[in-house]
Amino acid sequence: MRKRARETADQGQAGAARRSLLLSPAALGELLAALLRRGYTVIAPTVRDGAICYEPVNGVEELPAGYTMELEAGSCRLKRRGDEALFGYVVGAKSLKNYLHPPERRVFAAERDNGLFRILPEQTERPRFAFLGVRPCDLAAAAIQDRVFLKDRYQDGEYRARREAAFVVAVHCTEPAATCFCASMGTGPRAKDGFDIALTEIVEPGRHLFVAEAGTAAGAELLAELNASEAPEELCRAAEEALERAASSMKRRLDGDGLRELLYERFEDPHWDDVARRCLCCANCTMVCPTCFCVTVEDTSDVTGRRAERWQRWDSCFTQNFSYIHGGSVRLSPKSRYRQWLTHKLAAWVDQFGTPGCVGCGRCISWCPVGIDITQEVAALREAARTRA
Amino acid sequence: MSAASETLPSVMVPVAMRLARVEKETHDTFTLTLESADGERPARFAPGQFSMLYVFGVGELPISISGNPEERDRLIYTVRSVGKATHALVTRAPGEAIGVRGPFGTSWPLADSRGRDIVIVAGGIGLAPLRPAIYHVLRHRGDYGRLLVLYGARSPQDLLFRKQLTAWNYVPDTQILITVDYGGLSWRGNVGVVTTLFRHIRLEPERTTALVCGPEIMMRYVVRELLVRGVSAEDIYLSMERNMKCAVGFCGHCQLGPYFVCKDGPVFPYSRLKAWMDRYEL
Repeated sequence: MRKRARETADQGQAGAARRSLLLSPAALGELLAALLRRGYTVIAPTVRDGAICYEPVNGVEELPAGYTMELEAGSCRLKRRGDEALFGYVVGAKSLKNYLHPPERRVFAAERDNGLFRILPEQTERPRFAFLGVRPCDLAAAAIQDRVFLKDRYQDGEYRARREAAFVVAVHCTEPAATCFCASMGTGPRAKDGFDIALTEIVEPGRHLFVAEAGTAAGAELLAELNASEAPEELCRAAEEALERAASSMKRRLDGDGLRELLYERFEDPHWDDVARRCLCCANCTMVCPTCFCVTVEDTSDVTGRRAERWQRWDSCFTQNFSYIHGGSVRLSPKSRYRQWLTHKLAAWVDQFGTPGCVGCGRCISWCPVGIDITQEVAALREAARTRA
Repeated sequence: MSAASETLPSVMVPVAMRLARVEKETHDTFTLTLESADGERPARFAPGQFSMLYVFGVGELPISISGNPEERDRLIYTVRSVGKATHALVTRAPGEAIGVRGPFGTSWPLADSRGRDIVIVAGGIGLAPLRPAIYHVLRHRGDYGRLLVLYGARSPQDLLFRKQLTAWNYVPDTQILITVDYGGLSWRGNVGVVTTLFRHIRLEPERTTALVCGPEIMMRYVVRELLVRGVSAEDIYLSMERNMKCAVGFCGHCQLGPYFVCKDGPVFPYSRLKAWMDRYEL
C-alpha cells in the first residue's frame, strides 16, 4: 500500500488533473483480457446461485449484463433490468475480504520428527488477484482491514502479500440500493482512493459507456493500452451528476456523531433486550461484513498422529464458544453478543484502529435473516439515550 | 525473507521445545520445564508475560510464564488441567515436544516500582504469573521496599509452591500470608477469602504498588479493598484472562471493551480497567 500511496502522490505532483477516458463495453472486455494476460486471477461480479457474487471470471461476458439485485432488510432479489448495464447493482454477499482474508487458510502443516516436530515447507502458489467492479464501500473496508492486519505491532504476512499484489478496478456507485448508507459514513458513492482504475457506468437510452480514470501509474499504463479517447466534458459532467444524485438519494443513514461515547454509556440500555429478542445469533452479519476480521485457530492431526495442521477460519462473536474461558462463556446471552458486535464495530474499533469498523455497505441488513437493521438499532439507541436519560 | 517466512505467517508458527520436567504441584496442577531443542536460548521474557503452548495435533493455549526471568536456558509454566488441551499438556512425558510461541503481552511494572512496597495478591492458579515478579523482587531485594504476598486457595491441598512460600517468609522485609476457603481438620492457618488477609497487614498506600491475579470476582473485591486502604487506581495492576486464539491481536477473541487482552494486556493498571470491570457479559 505504501507503493500505491507513493504512485498516487507522484501523479498528483505531476499536476495532471485525473484524465477521464471513454470506454465502450467492448473496451472493458479488453481491459479484463489485459488483466488476465498479466497473470491475474480476475475476481468480478457474476450471477451464481440466483445472486450476484464476486467470483473468478474469464471474460466480460460472465459479468451480469442487464441484472440488478434488489436489497432490503432480510431480503436480496436478483432481477432483470430493462437495459444491458454491467454494474446495475451494488454489493453481493462477498467482498474483497473473501480473497484477501480468506474464510479458511492453512497456517502450517507439521510432522513428528525425532521425538520433536518439524514445520513442513508450504508448496502452494499464492494467487494474484485483480478485482473488477469494486465498490467504494469495499475499498474503504479494505483500508480498514489494512489498518488491522498491517499497521499494528504484528503483521499478517499472508494478507500483506495478497494485498500488495492486488490490482483494483473500482466502480463508483450511481444507483445505490435501499440498504446503502455509505454517504453518511463518508465512504461513497464515489471512491476516493485505493484503486488503480475507477469506472463510472453511464447507461442511457441509446448509449452505454464508461468513464475511466487512473488512480495509479499501473492503472494509467493499462488504460493506455486500450487506445481509449478522452471522455467529452459533457459525459464527465453526466457522470458527476449521477454520483451526486446517488449520494442524495440514499435513504438510510447512520449518525456517527458522538456514537462511541453513547454506545459505551448505553451498555445497560433496555433496547439491547429488544434486539436480542429478534437476533438469531446466526453470525451472517459478521460473515458478510467486509471489515469483520475475527478468526479462530484450529489444530488437527491425521489418524496416525504423525502429521498435524493448523487452520485459521473466520469466526464470529455471535457464537457462544467465541468468549469461552474455563468455567464458561463470558458472553452467554444473545443480548451480550449483539451488543459486543455493534459496540465493537462502532465504538471500540475507534479506540483500537482510529476509525469505526463500518463502511455503510448495508450487507448486514440484507443478509440478516430477520432483517435487523444496524441503522435502525443505532437510531433506537440514540432515541433511548434522549428519552431515558 | 526466506521462502518459509514469506508463505507462512511466522508469528503463528510454534517453535518445538523439549519438555524436561513435569512436577506435580497439586492434584490438578503441574509445573512444566521446557528446554531448547536446538541449542538456541528462548527469547527473554518479562514477569507477567505469557506464551502460547502447543501440543502437537491437539491444540494451543495461552499460559503465563511462572519461572525465574533470570534463568535464561529454560521456560517454566504452571498449568491447571481443566480441559482437553490443558490435560494433554500436563500429561506429556519428559522428552516430548511442546510448541512455544511468544512471549506475548504486557508485564508487571517492576522497573517503575523501584523503591516501593510490592503487595502481591493472588488467588489459586493466579499465583503462577506472579511468581516471576516475586523472583525478580527477591533477586533485587535492595531495590524495593517491603514485599507482601497475600495468597488464597480453595483448600490446603490446592496451595501452589508451598515450600517456596515458606522459605520466602524468612527473607527480610518479606511477609507471606496464606488463607484457604476450607481448612479441614489439620489446617492451622487462616480461613476465608483472600481479602480477609488485609487486616493482618499495614499498608502504606503512597508507596505501594499492588499486583493482583486471580478469578475476576476475587480481583474486584481485592481492588475494592486496596482502594479503601488508599492505594490509587494507577498503582493497582491486574492480570486479565480472556479466550485467546492468536495472541497477536488478529483473532478478536480476547477483546475486553476497547482492549485486546493479548497485546494491551494481560497486565493492566486498574485505572484503565475501572470503566469495564463491573460490566457483566462485557
